[in-house]
Amino acid sequence: MKKAGIIMIIGSLLLLGLFKFPLWNIMLGAPQYPDPLGMNIYIQGIQGVQEFDIQNINGLNHYIGMRTIPKAEDMWEFEVFPLVIGIMVGLGVIIGLLGFFGKVSYKWFLGWFILMSVLGIMGMYDFNQWLIDYGTNLDPRAIMKLENLDGTPMSYKPPLLGYQKMLNFDVDSWPATGAYMIFVGMMLTVVAFFVGKYEHNKIKKSNI
Amino acid sequence: MKNTINILITIIMTAGLVGCNNSEDKRGNGGQGGLATNAAEKVYVAPGDHDEFYAFFSGGYSGNLTVYGLPSGRMFKEIPVFSQFATSGYGYSEETKPMLNTSFGFVPWDDSHHPDISQTNGKLDGRWIFINGNNTPRIARIDLETFETEEIIEIPNSAGNHSSSFITENTEYVVAGTRFSVPVPQRDMSIKDYKGNFKGAISFLSVDQDTGRMDIKFQLMMPGFNYDLSHPGRDKSHGWFFFTTYNTEEANTLLEVNASQNDKDFIAAVNWKLIEEYVNNGGGTKMPAEYAHNVYDHDTHAATSTMKKEVLTVDPTKVPGAVYFLPTPKSPHGVDVDPTGEYIIGNGKLSADLTVHSFTKMIDAIEKKNFDGEAYGIPILKFDDVLAGTVKQGGLGPLHTEFDGKGNAYTTFFISSEVVKWKLGTWEVLDRQPVFYSVGHGMIPGGNSREPFGKYFVAMNKITKDRYLPTGPELEHSAQLFDITGDKMELLLDFPTHGEPHYAAGIPADIIKNNSKKFYKLAENKHEHATITDADARVERKGNEVHVYMTMIRSHFNPDNIEGIKVGDKVYFHVTNHEQDFDVPHGFAMIGANNSELLIMPGQTKTLLWEPKKVGVWPFYCTDFCSALHQEMQGYIRVSPASSNIELSWGLGED
Repeated sequence: MKKAGIIMIIGSLLLLGLFKFPLWNIMLGAPQYPDPLGMNIYIQGIQGVQEFDIQNINGLNHYIGMRTIPKAEDMWEFEVFPLVIGIMVGLGVIIGLLGFFGKVSYKWFLGWFILMSVLGIMGMYDFNQWLIDYGTNLDPRAIMKLENLDGTPMSYKPPLLGYQKMLNFDVDSWPATGAYMIFVGMMLTVVAFFVGKYEHNKIKKSNI
Repeated sequence: MKNTINILITIIMTAGLVGCNNSEDKRGNGGQGGLATNAAEKVYVAPGDHDEFYAFFSGGYSGNLTVYGLPSGRMFKEIPVFSQFATSGYGYSEETKPMLNTSFGFVPWDDSHHPDISQTNGKLDGRWIFINGNNTPRIARIDLETFETEEIIEIPNSAGNHSSSFITENTEYVVAGTRFSVPVPQRDMSIKDYKGNFKGAISFLSVDQDTGRMDIKFQLMMPGFNYDLSHPGRDKSHGWFFFTTYNTEEANTLLEVNASQNDKDFIAAVNWKLIEEYVNNGGGTKMPAEYAHNVYDHDTHAATSTMKKEVLTVDPTKVPGAVYFLPTPKSPHGVDVDPTGEYIIGNGKLSADLTVHSFTKMIDAIEKKNFDGEAYGIPILKFDDVLAGTVKQGGLGPLHTEFDGKGNAYTTFFISSEVVKWKLGTWEVLDRQPVFYSVGHGMIPGGNSREPFGKYFVAMNKITKDRYLPTGPELEHSAQLFDITGDKMELLLDFPTHGEPHYAAGIPADIIKNNSKKFYKLAENKHEHATITDADARVERKGNEVHVYMTMIRSHFNPDNIEGIKVGDKVYFHVTNHEQDFDVPHGFAMIGANNSELLIMPGQTKTLLWEPKKVGVWPFYCTDFCSALHQEMQGYIRVSPASSNIELSWGLGED
């Protein structure tokens, strides 16, 4: 199971990219913003694409009563996410090493993948909940109180994934480099599972 | 397919138009409607697209510098230089008042003439643009990252700083030659004693290559002629500078007659490298002088004015080989040097011919010491020894010549109102085009460098008359854009220009557009009275001086309610724009202020002085439509009687 172990280790190490690259990117373009404003969402916090983008997004948001973009210390997620990712990388590497030396079954690789998928889905759910809260829980003294055609208050929740027109803004929300690295890393752990299974079966056959 | 249809339509329409357009000849469109040529297409810059060149036009009696795009002829900005500019508060704000300080005190206006863009190795580098003030002799340097005036230095012993502000090919020096000779030092004497007693100062200002700061390195004390225009030698003639003179008769009255008597005046060839060496070795005489040096700092957002007390003068006769006179017919106006540095063109403004001197021949004649006497101790070279050739009957009243870098020269003729293209070396006239009307300078981007960008020629006309819809007796001047890529010059466009552009300087947009600053960083604001955080917004009283430390951001001022101001106070509003985004300036206007508004860029601090004269509650507001809530961006100041004892108080958003 040497090959499978190495793939497992590489796959889980790819998650480290999240400490360097953004997980998600939201861009806000408008007629007055030919150079769109943008946010990069990292597991440790939110940063502007350009130096002053966060300040300028906050400046716009105050008109419609949205809160300011949270700083890293304002959300527990930005402490927990790096911890979870760190633990999962460690766990993946250990499983990979143990697999490499034949101490654990290849099934552990799939186990890691399932755990990571569950955590990922929970993370996305949490992120979406925050977007809903952020986009709908508005200051009652907002300068502009806009309503939908049916009279309900307009929500400014950015899309979790994809494009949406919000007032004068074109909002694009897409996974960024970090997300692609997790995706590739997680796929590699699945590959490790199948390679492990294949190697396991070969050993079994040669033993017969 | 689309193109084919367009061409077909053009051909059909042309066929219909050419015949009925002959009456338009005198307007300069050559008997062709716009559709007959592709002139319209050549100057059309589609909405949102950018021009290929920046063109900086001097404002003449506006005292400023205007920025245009070529080929569209669209104006982008007026940069205040020598004149107070209420639009931005330049010269009105406390920070910029020192920029207009001189030895005569505050001079809020000048007559700006000849812009020149900085160079490295004879090529445009787009760091700075220099421009001269003619009336109260000054030179200004404008930074091409911020497009703001950064420095103004006054020129002592000078009057009518006209043969300026041309630069040498590595921006080592910018020159200032006096058009009016004057007594040096100034003294009470009879005007009739001009001849032999007045001096013509030619100043060489060194330029610091990192900061751009100017300093008068030396003043060459020339005979009392009128030094009209100048251009640097380049490439092979780098190290020399050429100045035209008129009134070598040294007349002091009715110059139009008395200064036009000599058949030839001079072009003064100045070997500045030799004088630089002389000065560096301790040569020259220091003399007392008084001149202001004003510097604007983009970190403190404020200018300082220093009065200098001394200047180094050089007597040209003390430096053998430093200056020679080249006899040049008919009161030459412009002197222009071709891109190779070989040809020195004297534009004899009362003549039909152009005189071209050869640099090689000049050096030869100097070596052979073939002199035709001397004037005030300065050797005069023999006309025939230095003559390279004459452009015969080019037109009437040549003023200025530009070059396309392809061996052709373009001379403007004021009296015959035309631009004439001729060939360097053969002196053959290749083409002539009428201009409307009476052209002064012409400009080819990079025309005053080793590498001109010979695509367009802009004629700066002195007379406008009927070119545009009439606007009463006073008209803007008119520029005309020619395509010079073909054998014949093709008129493409007329566009009005602000003030009286004398000269202009053009540069490919690519060289500078990416360096253009978008806004100032608040964190780098070192203004003495900046308010960097809202927590520091406050009002302080020192006797009858009140300092308001105010911030502005879409869409409010902080503070916006102030009480405790009294009639007779001097209220200084130090207003800091907290925006950090491109193109979000805010304005600040105070009712009854006796100066101007402030237009404050993001990250910048400006100060307005207001002296309230009437008791009451007076509003102030933002003048730049900054946001959807711009109209709400306002505040009130309560002004109480001088005897009142109401305490200072201020606030924002309190109920």
